[in-house]
Amino acid sequence: MSRTLEIRDLFVNYNTDEGVVHALNGLNLSLDKGESLGLVGETGAGKTTLALSIIRLLPDMVGEIKSGSIEFEGKKLLELSKKEIKNIRGNKIAMIFQDPMTSLNPTKTVGKQLREVLDLHFKKLGSNEKREKADKMLQLVGIPPERQNEYPFQFSGGMRQRIGIAMALIAEPELLIADEPTTALDVTIQAQILSLMRKLQDEFSTSMILITHDLGIVVDTCAKVAVIYSGQIIETGTVEDVYAKKFNHPYTEGLFKCIPDLKTNAPRLTPIKGNMPDPENLPVGCKFYDRCNYRTEKCAQKEPDLYTNVTHGIKCYKFADGWGK
Amino acid sequence: MDGENDMVTPIIETKRLKKYFKVRQGLLHALDDVSLSINSVETLGVVGESGCGKSTLGRVLLGLLPATEGDVLYNGESIFDARGRKKDFIYNEMQMIFQDPFSSLNPRLSIKDLIAEPITVRNTITDKVEIKNKVLELMELVGLSERYVNTYPHELDGGGRQRVGIARALALDPKFIVCDEPVSALDVSIQAQILNLLMDLQERNELAYMFITHNLCVVKHISTNIMVMYMGKVVEYTSREMLFEKQLHPYSQALLSAIPLPELRQNREAIVLTGEVTNPINPKPGCRFAQRCKYATAKCTDQEIPLVEVEKGRKVACTLYM
Repeated sequence: MSRTLEIRDLFVNYNTDEGVVHALNGLNLSLDKGESLGLVGETGAGKTTLALSIIRLLPDMVGEIKSGSIEFEGKKLLELSKKEIKNIRGNKIAMIFQDPMTSLNPTKTVGKQLREVLDLHFKKLGSNEKREKADKMLQLVGIPPERQNEYPFQFSGGMRQRIGIAMALIAEPELLIADEPTTALDVTIQAQILSLMRKLQDEFSTSMILITHDLGIVVDTCAKVAVIYSGQIIETGTVEDVYAKKFNHPYTEGLFKCIPDLKTNAPRLTPIKGNMPDPENLPVGCKFYDRCNYRTEKCAQKEPDLYTNVTHGIKCYKFADGWGK
Repeated sequence: MDGENDMVTPIIETKRLKKYFKVRQGLLHALDDVSLSINSVETLGVVGESGCGKSTLGRVLLGLLPATEGDVLYNGESIFDARGRKKDFIYNEMQMIFQDPFSSLNPRLSIKDLIAEPITVRNTITDKVEIKNKVLELMELVGLSERYVNTYPHELDGGGRQRVGIARALALDPKFIVCDEPVSALDVSIQAQILNLLMDLQERNELAYMFITHNLCVVKHISTNIMVMYMGKVVEYTSREMLFEKQLHPYSQALLSAIPLPELRQNREAIVLTGEVTNPINPKPGCRFAQRCKYATAKCTDQEIPLVEVEKGRKVACTLYM
C-alpha cells in the first residue's frame, strides 16, 4: 500500500497578544491509500489545527507552523508556493466542515456551487458533461438532481451535509478530511450520513481523516484510530487494538470510563479529574501527568516515546517494557 | 408509571397537553396529547430528534408558554389557574437548566450576582449578608471554588459555567427542574462530572427532573422513566429498564440502534432510516412516523393511533400492538 499522508514532528503555534499558544507539539501521523482514520480528542486538543495545517489554511499572521513536515503523495506540502497548494486544496485534498449552513454559499443555488468546483478543477470538461457529473454526484448522496436549482436554506440539515459531501467528493480527491461532520445532526440522520460516507469512501477508495470527539462514531466508520491530547498523538492503532480496551493510554482509558454504558448500570461515572494543560505553558514531561492515576516521577521529567506493538502505539511509560519503539 | 404508586400525588403531571403554534401555512403541532407524570426524586427522560417538541414541552410545563389545550398540574393543582402568591410559590419551585452555558449567562454579571439574581428577582431573601451566604453555600454545593465568586462567566470553562447555571436553578430551592440538554455542549470528561453532580443533587434535595436530551447513553444513565417523542407525539412511554431491554415502537428501535457505541460491534446492526422528519404543519391524521416506517400499512394513516398500555408499565402508540 502506498502512503497518502505522512506527518512528522509537527509543531504549530498561535502567536496571540497574550502569548504563544502551543497547539501542536511534535505530532506524528500517517495514512495509507484508501485508509480511514478517526482522530479523537476533546475541545482544544488540536484536532482542527491539524486539519487546517494540512490544507495550509491556518489564520494568517497568527497561526505559524514552527517545524516538522507534512508529506502528501510524496510532495512536501509545507514547501509549496501558495499557487501550488491552491491546486491541491479542494482538488486532491477536500474538507467537510461541521456546520453545512456556514460552509455553503447562501446566495447561490446548490447546482451552481457544485459546478463551480468542476469549473476550477476540471477545466477541460464541456458544460453538458459538467451538468451530468453534478447530477450523478447528487444522486449518489441521495439528493434528487431536480432540486439543484434550490438554495441551501431550502434544504434540511441532513441534506445540507449531503451537499457538503457531494461538493467535497465531486473533484475526486485523494484525501478527505471531515471535521465533526455529524455533530450538528440528529442520531438517525447521523447514521445515514456515516453509512453514506463509508459507502462513498469504498467506492472512490479515498483516504479519509474523520475528526470527532465521539468515540462511538469512529468504531463504526474507521479502520484506524488516533487519540490526540495537547497537540500530540498519544495512542494510535487499529479499531480492534484500541476498542479491545485491554491496553490503552491512561487518557483513552479515562475517556471510555466517562461514557455511560448502555449494558451495565453503574450508578456513578468516573470523570477524568482536572483539565488539559494550559497550551501557553506546557509541562516538560508527559502532558497528561497532572491527571494521570498511574504517574511516576519519571513521567514529570521526560516525555515518553510512542511505544509500539505491531499496529498499536501508546505514548506512555507503562508500555516501555515489552513494547518496541 | 407503576400501579402501586397511584396513591402518591406526582410532583408534576400533564393531561392531554396540546401546544399549537399559528404559522403562515396553518397550525404547527408542536405537542399533541402529551400526558405524563413525574414523582419526587424521579427523572423522566424525554428523547427525540430536533423539532419533536421536547423543548416546547419543557417550556409549557414551566408555564413559560401557554398551552393550547390540556393542563399542567403541580402537586395536583393547575399551574395555569394559580394566581398571586400561590403562583409565585409554584413558579419558584420549578426551575430550568439550559443547554448552552455560553449564551444563558449574562456576561456582564459576576458569578456572585448571577447566582444571586433569582433570589433578588423573587425577593425570597432580602438581607445582603444572608444572600451572600446563600450564594457561597450554592457554590459549594455545585462544586465551584469560593475564589470564583467575583469572576465573570468568560473566565470559566464550559463545565464551570454549567455549574453556575445549576446553582442559579437551585437558588430558590425548587422541587422540579427541567434540564434542557444540559450536557450536550460539553466534552465527555466534563459531561461525566456534571451528570454525577445532577444525580447527587437529586438525592440531597429530593428533586424531580425532566431530562431532555437526544443522547441516549446519558438518558439511560440518569432516567427512571423514558418518553420517546416523534413530531409532537409520544410514541413510547415506559421505565428505563423496559425500554432498553426491548423497544416496541419501530421509531424507538431505530433510534436506539442508531446510537454510536464506543465498542466493537457484535451482531449489532443499525437500522438506517430513510427520509427525514416530515412537516409538523397541519399534519394528516394517523401515525406521523408512517412514512419512514418499514411496517407501515394503510391502517397506520387512516385513523388516529392512540397511546395504549400494551403491557404493564409500557405505553406504545403503534398499530402493531393495537
